[in-house]
Amino acid sequence: MSNIVSQQPGEDSAWDSRNGSELADQTGRTTLVEVPRSALRMSLGAFLRRHAGLLIVLAVLTIVGIVTSPETFATTSNLNTILTNASVIGVVTVGMTFVIIGGGIDLSVGAIMALASVWCTTLATQSYGPGVMIMCALLVGTGTGLVNGILIAYGRVVPFITTLAMMASARGLAEQISGKQTQVSRVEFINAIARTDVLGVPVLVLMLAAVVAGGWLLLERTTFGRRTVAIGGNAEAARLAGINVRLHTVLLYALSGLCCGIAAIMIVSQTTAGSSTHGTLYELDAIAAAIIGGTLLTGGRGTIIGSLLGVLVFTVITNLFIHNNLPTEIQNIAKGAIIVGAALTQVVRNRRSFT
Amino acid sequence: MVNPSGSDTPLLRLNKIVKVFPGVRALDGVDLEVQAGEVHCLLGQNGAGKSTLIKVLSGAHQPDSGEIVWRGEHVTMPTPQAAMRRGIAAIYQELDLVDGLSVAENIYLGHEPRRLGFPRRGTMHDWTSALLKRLGHPEIPPSREVGELSAAGKQIVSIARALSHDAQLLIMDEPSAVLAGNEVRNLFRLIRDLVRSGVAIIYISHRLEEIREIGDRITVLKDGRTAAQNLPARSTPTTELIQLMTGRSVPTAATGDAAEASEAEPATASEAEFAAVDQQSADQSARHRQLGKEILRVENLTRFGEFTDVSFSVHEGEIVGIAGLVGAGRSELLETIYGRRRADAGRVLVDGRPVRRGSVLAAVKAGMGFAPEERKSQALVLDQPVVHNVTLATLPRFSSYGLLQRAHEHTAAARVTASLDVRPKDVRRVVSTLSGGNQQKVVLSRWLLGGSRLLLLDEPTRGVDVGARAELYAVIRRLAAEGAGVLLVSSELPEVLGLADRVLLLSRGRLVGEARADELDVHDVLDRLMEGT
Repeated sequence: MSNIVSQQPGEDSAWDSRNGSELADQTGRTTLVEVPRSALRMSLGAFLRRHAGLLIVLAVLTIVGIVTSPETFATTSNLNTILTNASVIGVVTVGMTFVIIGGGIDLSVGAIMALASVWCTTLATQSYGPGVMIMCALLVGTGTGLVNGILIAYGRVVPFITTLAMMASARGLAEQISGKQTQVSRVEFINAIARTDVLGVPVLVLMLAAVVAGGWLLLERTTFGRRTVAIGGNAEAARLAGINVRLHTVLLYALSGLCCGIAAIMIVSQTTAGSSTHGTLYELDAIAAAIIGGTLLTGGRGTIIGSLLGVLVFTVITNLFIHNNLPTEIQNIAKGAIIVGAALTQVVRNRRSFT
Repeated sequence: MVNPSGSDTPLLRLNKIVKVFPGVRALDGVDLEVQAGEVHCLLGQNGAGKSTLIKVLSGAHQPDSGEIVWRGEHVTMPTPQAAMRRGIAAIYQELDLVDGLSVAENIYLGHEPRRLGFPRRGTMHDWTSALLKRLGHPEIPPSREVGELSAAGKQIVSIARALSHDAQLLIMDEPSAVLAGNEVRNLFRLIRDLVRSGVAIIYISHRLEEIREIGDRITVLKDGRTAAQNLPARSTPTTELIQLMTGRSVPTAATGDAAEASEAEPATASEAEFAAVDQQSADQSARHRQLGKEILRVENLTRFGEFTDVSFSVHEGEIVGIAGLVGAGRSELLETIYGRRRADAGRVLVDGRPVRRGSVLAAVKAGMGFAPEERKSQALVLDQPVVHNVTLATLPRFSSYGLLQRAHEHTAAARVTASLDVRPKDVRRVVSTLSGGNQQKVVLSRWLLGGSRLLLLDEPTRGVDVGARAELYAVIRRLAAEGAGVLLVSSELPEVLGLADRVLLLSRGRLVGEARADELDVHDVLDRLMEGT
């Protein structure tokens, strides 16, 4: 057995290299001072195991879809519909995932989206053209997130309360600015975003892909991501290791706000309008998606891919119900059941890892 | 309230109580006898088993063997509630009260007077008033929120709660540690009243003068065993008590059982570790001459209520130990130097440059590294791998163009953990699966990787088993030999004396002495600390 261990696991399949490392743990004989690069790559096996629950749910939903509406469900256009529907909430969920992993919560995401959508579609802003509109949405989103973060990190107001207050006031401000009127976008560049495909893929889906890829990179491959996990896992340990926890917290909420700004542009393009009702209840959908994606509500654990899968599960369910002309009430019940199911599996998994 | 079974039967008798935790025999045959209406003092060094004994008595831990005889009857106490029902209550150092509830609600928490399922608030308040009056504190309003009370007030509430259960035996663990001078007098008056009414008290304190004042009889614990039983509290000489606690001579007043016990094989936890320290102190004198320049200078550092006007310095290659009793302000001092707490006065200089007050970031930047007492809650991200924990303080070094160079990071972490012999060697292992000693090495690895030249170690061997302690000592020595300055706090005197080059004696927040470690022994140190000079 120890022969296997002393081999470089580099060329082996993902499963073998994992087994190799476990053997090394048991025998304790290998010296891992020089770590082979492949050992650092997350193996496919680990990926499948980590997200097994959601992948199975997605597979089951797909099968149900194919069976119940064979002509319309498994088509490219429906796939694009599902992904497009997932795009706006997906972007918001990426930001939310960072905040939750860092030990916080952001209830204001939907309201920030509404505020950014309204602010960037005022007649004055529209008159400056698409570039300024985009900048405006991003700045409003990030700025609002910064206010959240500063109140939480330096004002020491708990995240739940801070973002609950922001949820109310940001939407209130959006209503104030818009006079509760829908502000139609007359800027063709913005409106065209949602209608355009690149190589058969809608631009909105590409935007989601870019945000997910960026989020993954930021979380898994940068100092920022590593510190986020450490702060969520043990804020005091992070602080005593010399990390500026407060500044980091501010950045986390600003990041969530930035994601809301991006989502605002996307929704303005989709609806060709800014409105103070955009993003209503998105905070709950984003939290739910992150949680069923395996993000620990208490912080310190979670993945961007898991959150994306969580968003997809909800989107596919909605899509299935529409295809089968089922009422939305039942759809909400199904969503609730899935959230409870995911939470229960998390409890079971945690209990196992502590024994 | 006279002992119902006659004056010959003690209220409580413990026979050869044993309690084993993984890696340590916390209690290794404890005998104890408490009479109704006496103040029975428990003495012993840190780690002698006092806290474990309290927990066994109050039902929080179950003994592995031995018997508890309560009012002449063999009993078991499977839960704290069961102990309460029999009339045994412990008043803990960290008072276990609910801050948001009123005094009355706290006292009757879990046994509220009820009618038809609803608490009878009026009755509860009346009873509480009566209890507080009995305790001589009618000025505490029953409806006041407990969070608004002082430490002394909370203690009174805790005692009242115990009495509300008709407690016959009150266990008080360092009750004076949280009190000011006049409050202590108040407490003593209260204790005398309680004892007069037939309640027995087990009183735990490090302060000999208190024991002389309030105690009736003393039982001394050492290494989980009873070293001596039922010594008269007022007349037993201090030297004898300290000898019993440190085990340097044969106990004269010990009962037959205890003498037998101390003759048994001496390989108990603290002796073995003492030996481990002793062995290595040989090469210590050789290092004395190689002290480098001054790294740390602490000038008149003060935090109100914790420590006052503390000044000292640490040199390159030097291990400085801080010895003090519980509540002397050891950890507080260390944390203030590291910036976790903000000093009220005085300053900290590293390499002659002042470090900003109350800033951990500034301390780390100045080259300090800190291994806190509560390793799991203050130093480690438990469900993350070793590598992430090791590189936590040095991440920017492994980042290029914004991306972490993970192979580089792994190699560096593997190298530094290998140099401290962290086992298992795989740095991808989740930290929570490592033993206490290896977890501590992971914390040290973090600062070693960061190039810290000044290590602040708070109880570095807490929760570390005997074999691994010797290894940690070797690691700490080596880091000093390589030029780091080490400031060490430990509640175990043999550890401080064996490891440090120089020892600072801290008593009630003040430095009361300083000496080279090889000029001191446990005896003198305890003598000076306990007399509080």
